[in-house]
Amino acid sequence: MAVCVAVIAKENYPLYIRSIPTENELKFHYMVHTSLDVVDEKISAMGKALVDQRELYLGLLYPTEDYKVYGYVTNSKVKFVMVVDSSNTALRDNEIRSMFRKLHNSYTDVMCNPFYNPGDRIQSRAFDSMVTSMMIQVC
Amino acid sequence: MEGLTLSDAEQKYYSDLFSYCDIESTKKVAANGRVLELFRAAQLPNDVVLQIMELCGATRLGYFGRSQFYIALKLVAVAQSGFPLRVESINTVKDLPLPRFVASKNEQESRHAASYSSDSENQGSYSGVIPPPPGRGQVKKGSVSHDTVQPRTSADQQEPASPVVSPQQSPPTSPHTWRKHSRHPSGGNSERPLAGPGPFWSPFGEAQSGSSAGDTVWSGHSPPPPQETWVSFADTPPTSTLLTMHPASVQDQTTVRTVASATTANEIRRQSSSYDDPWKITDEQRQYYVNQFKTIQPDLNGFIPGSAAKEFFTKSKLPILELSHIWELSDFDKDGALTLDEFCAAFHLVVARKNGYDLPEKLPESLMPKLIDLEDSADVGDQPGEVGYSGSPAEAPPSKSPSMPSLNQTWPELNQSSEWETFSERSSSSQTLTQFDSNIAPADPDTAIVHPVPIRMTPSKIHMQEMELKRTGSDHTNPTSPLLVKPSDLSEESKINSSVKFASGNTVADGYSSSDSFTSDPEQIGNNVTHQRSHSGTSPDNTAPPPPPPRPQPSHSRSSSLDMNRTFAVTTGQQQAGVVAHPPAVPPRPQPSQAPGPVVHRPVDADGLITHTSTSPQQIPEQPNFADFSQFEVFAASNVNEEQDDEAEKHPEVLPVEKASDPASSLRVAKTDSKIEEKTAASVPANVSKGTTPLAPPPKPVRRRLKSEDELRPEVDEHTQKTGVLAAVLASQPSIPRSVGKDKKAIQASIRRNKETNTVLARLNSELQQQLKDVLEERISLEVQLEQLRPFSHL
Repeated sequence: MAVCVAVIAKENYPLYIRSIPTENELKFHYMVHTSLDVVDEKISAMGKALVDQRELYLGLLYPTEDYKVYGYVTNSKVKFVMVVDSSNTALRDNEIRSMFRKLHNSYTDVMCNPFYNPGDRIQSRAFDSMVTSMMIQVC
Repeated sequence: MEGLTLSDAEQKYYSDLFSYCDIESTKKVAANGRVLELFRAAQLPNDVVLQIMELCGATRLGYFGRSQFYIALKLVAVAQSGFPLRVESINTVKDLPLPRFVASKNEQESRHAASYSSDSENQGSYSGVIPPPPGRGQVKKGSVSHDTVQPRTSADQQEPASPVVSPQQSPPTSPHTWRKHSRHPSGGNSERPLAGPGPFWSPFGEAQSGSSAGDTVWSGHSPPPPQETWVSFADTPPTSTLLTMHPASVQDQTTVRTVASATTANEIRRQSSSYDDPWKITDEQRQYYVNQFKTIQPDLNGFIPGSAAKEFFTKSKLPILELSHIWELSDFDKDGALTLDEFCAAFHLVVARKNGYDLPEKLPESLMPKLIDLEDSADVGDQPGEVGYSGSPAEAPPSKSPSMPSLNQTWPELNQSSEWETFSERSSSSQTLTQFDSNIAPADPDTAIVHPVPIRMTPSKIHMQEMELKRTGSDHTNPTSPLLVKPSDLSEESKINSSVKFASGNTVADGYSSSDSFTSDPEQIGNNVTHQRSHSGTSPDNTAPPPPPPRPQPSHSRSSSLDMNRTFAVTTGQQQAGVVAHPPAVPPRPQPSQAPGPVVHRPVDADGLITHTSTSPQQIPEQPNFADFSQFEVFAASNVNEEQDDEAEKHPEVLPVEKASDPASSLRVAKTDSKIEEKTAASVPANVSKGTTPLAPPPKPVRRRLKSEDELRPEVDEHTQKTGVLAAVLASQPSIPRSVGKDKKAIQASIRRNKETNTVLARLNSELQQQLKDVLEERISLEVQLEQLRPFSHL
């Protein structure tokens, strides 16, 4: 289960960021922010090749002592960053992939909404509910 | 945690909530579960919720104790009232309205509404009515609902001002073309606003009145705007019921409504409870929606693109966020366009929203597009409704036939729009699938099974009968005809033959006789007998089976070989015995040549028996006749003995001949044997065609038959001649023993002849063996082909 989920726009500003309400959400924000560099690094490394060949799932961006950060980038350079708890060893790579897939699908649904202006903050309830389902249930 | 003072109402309310949340009755409430739902229902920002939780100390404790829970609730009320969250605010804020929790069940809310405060009844009921959507969670917020009124009022001020508020302030000014419902006079509005517009709106109207009446704090909503707003987007949105709390509008409300509030509230409650689906679209509304759809998209089966829909719904002056949410709910297939059903759902939601109804989290069942596409998209996800409809089409494709007819019936009723095509396609495909299944099944077994079975069954009997026919000199041309024409003769013949053959079989181990089935030779013939008897048993059915035998005839070579194969296949075991018996059966053949003529056949048969027994050695000389084709023509005798011998001989000959895959010659050869051959041929074809078991006899008749079609008639004479020759030869031999009187010379001569016959027989035996192998190989190959064909036929 994710501890923090963030959607970053192409221009590297957050479209949506949400984390488990813990004591220090700012830490997660910082982590997401720093992960952007890693994402760009990964994109550039792979991006020399054709865009189509590049896989959307970036995998583990970098681990910290408590958390692991995973990344996913769409073809429109919208980035999904997910922070998971390191103590949760049950999470496999496939699960992370599926979570990103769900994120991507929900993001697509949001984009399909004509009332959504790309670049706005994502305020979709459906998106929220989906992210909630992915995050650890903490009071 | 500082002390918390609660009013009585608050106390009661909080305790109810706590008991509701305290599922485990442990006086400790876990952080998750209902408490979370409750807090979410409070519609407070997450950070506020977190702050509340932190303030109440639950974060520290990890759970909600009663005190923490109460504090939390109080803080919720504070937050909803718009006051800053502070620990001190718990007690400092006076007259704090009870915390409001939205989205609970109708009944509960209505009940609670009634129980708690009459003022808030209506509103409470409404809050219950509004979010009710059947799919909603069962959060028991009943008690909360009514409380929403009070907090609402205060919260109104600080509710993130939806655009609805501001427009509301300004009375509807711009007339709208869409307006189809006349504005009710303001006076009338106070009484029964929205009573005019269809039954659907009555609850709204009543809600309005009720709510407005109930809540003095609420500034009155102007009735006309509510009525009109749902019609015309340009107009200011209605302030209709609880949800949209607009202080300005509330103030307009007068106490007039209070009078009716109670009644209306009750009615509304009743209605809300009676309405299983408050989201149902009435026909009138639907017609209106359809008309609106047409203004944008003339084709009712077409789509409204997202941009057009956006413009359209933006006119409703709902906040973009809410419109976005409405879109999420109504765009079922997430394609960025609205079908008619989706459009109606969206329109309906907009109207509801403008009338103050809260938007549901999930699309209500009644608003779900009743389209087969539901199944196609498979992203229904949140949509629990329309199980009946959506479920059936989902089941249809996988389950093929059974559900389809019902689906077809239901769909036409439900679908009013564009999904006909897809549905029909699906149904047709599934129907075709089912039809395939139904069609495939019956076809195969019959075709595959019919032929082999009867063929195998009949031949022996037919063969026998044919043989009998031959003996009787009946028509040989048609194997069946003789059978049909002279069943009696056949029966007689068969009887006689059987007797004869039994004897002959016993003595000479006549392969043919044994193969003829009526032989009772326990050793070799037993099997044949049983087989043939069984066949014979089936022979009475010749009338039915006979047709099959003629079939192979047209194609001689193939049919003969097939027939042979069938016969061999059936009679492999027998064949072995028959083959073994063949050589011995051969000798008797020559003997029958003694008595030419059909009439003589019978006595000849008897003689044949005798001759068979006694002239077994004499039969040997006949074999040279067999082996030596030239001699066939010599023989013109048609002795029964000959026939019998011929039969016996012919059978092996026929067999080998067929094995040689030289049916014509073999036929001729066979025919040259004797009349018996003809008969046998006549019978053999029948037998062979039916794939009978009899080893020798069947083949012969087959040959006969085959040949009979072609040249039977012209060759009959030849056969007769040949048979005559053979018969003569055979007949001559029996005479030998009669000349015993010549003693040594005769004996020596006979010895010589016997030796010759031995060699001939040995040669014949080897030839037969070879032919047997060939035929077996053919049989195997045919069986393999049959096996290959069978699975295909079963497909």
